[in-house]
Amino acid sequence: MKYIKYLFIGIFFGIIMTKSEAISWYRIQEMFRFQSFHMYGIIGSALGVGIVLIQLIKRKHIKTYKGDVITIKNKQFSISRYLFGGIVFGLGWALSGACPGPMYTLIGNGFTVFVVIIASAVLGTFVYGLLKRKLPH
Amino acid sequence: MIEFLSQPWPWYISGPLIALVMFLLLWVGGNFGVSSTLRSICSISGAGRYSSFFNFNWKRERWNLVFVLGAIIGGYIASTFLQSEAPLALSKATVEDLSQLNIPFHGDIAPIELFSWKSLMTLKGSFIMVVGGFLVGFGTRWAGGCTSGHAISGLSNLQLPSLIAVIGFFIGGLIMTFLIFPLIF
Repeated sequence: MKYIKYLFIGIFFGIIMTKSEAISWYRIQEMFRFQSFHMYGIIGSALGVGIVLIQLIKRKHIKTYKGDVITIKNKQFSISRYLFGGIVFGLGWALSGACPGPMYTLIGNGFTVFVVIIASAVLGTFVYGLLKRKLPH
Repeated sequence: MIEFLSQPWPWYISGPLIALVMFLLLWVGGNFGVSSTLRSICSISGAGRYSSFFNFNWKRERWNLVFVLGAIIGGYIASTFLQSEAPLALSKATVEDLSQLNIPFHGDIAPIELFSWKSLMTLKGSFIMVVGGFLVGFGTRWAGGCTSGHAISGLSNLQLPSLIAVIGFFIGGLIMTFLIFPLIF
């Protein structure tokens, strides 16, 4: 039962992703072709509100509902891993038209073939784990 | 109410709600980063035998698997009970560009010609789905996060690494769209 709250937040997320059309392969193409403000508006406004919320958590020391401290881990600095990893991700994002959140959401939208895409993404993560030491980080 | 919710949601509603999801996840003790579930699935499947990268306590991240299960259910609810009758309002320029690549647009959220089980049996369809998924899974772990972890969570926390990652996402996306798409389609 301690997981039920995550289920509800996930349902909320799936509905938002569907109704915002952020799960649309076409919308991702439109974004990479700079032909609509839609996706930039979604990501930009999420970011604007997100920055305010994170600052509120930090400055007002907002705790979890249980009273624990919310710790937001800082990312370790590097250029190569974020740039090269990001480029590989971007290639896949434009091709499949979906990042991981939409991949799951699309299954619920009836695009059940996305289980294959997720399986392939799991395989990609696995191969990364095998090659990790040989890649620049 | 249902009718109101069934319209496509504008970006200025959807974006702030996504930030709210990030906040709610932090408030209940989690964090917003969907691609971590791919690593958990590797670990559950026994990938730890092949790389120590997968020997981590995935049970502590079980909540994230429940979250993505919710995302699947949410996708079902939205597409079944909150379905919009109107076709996707894709920009005319995109429709034209895609038709030149022989990718049709009928108002759906994704081209069914490419993303279906039938398409998986074709060379082009399987390439797009298998390679596309693989690159997302490989790249996201190398970069240490996906759109949720970097573009939303990381940038909201003003992390420079996340900015570099998002720039990378766009370099990769533009290369695919403008250089590789004309070769595939």
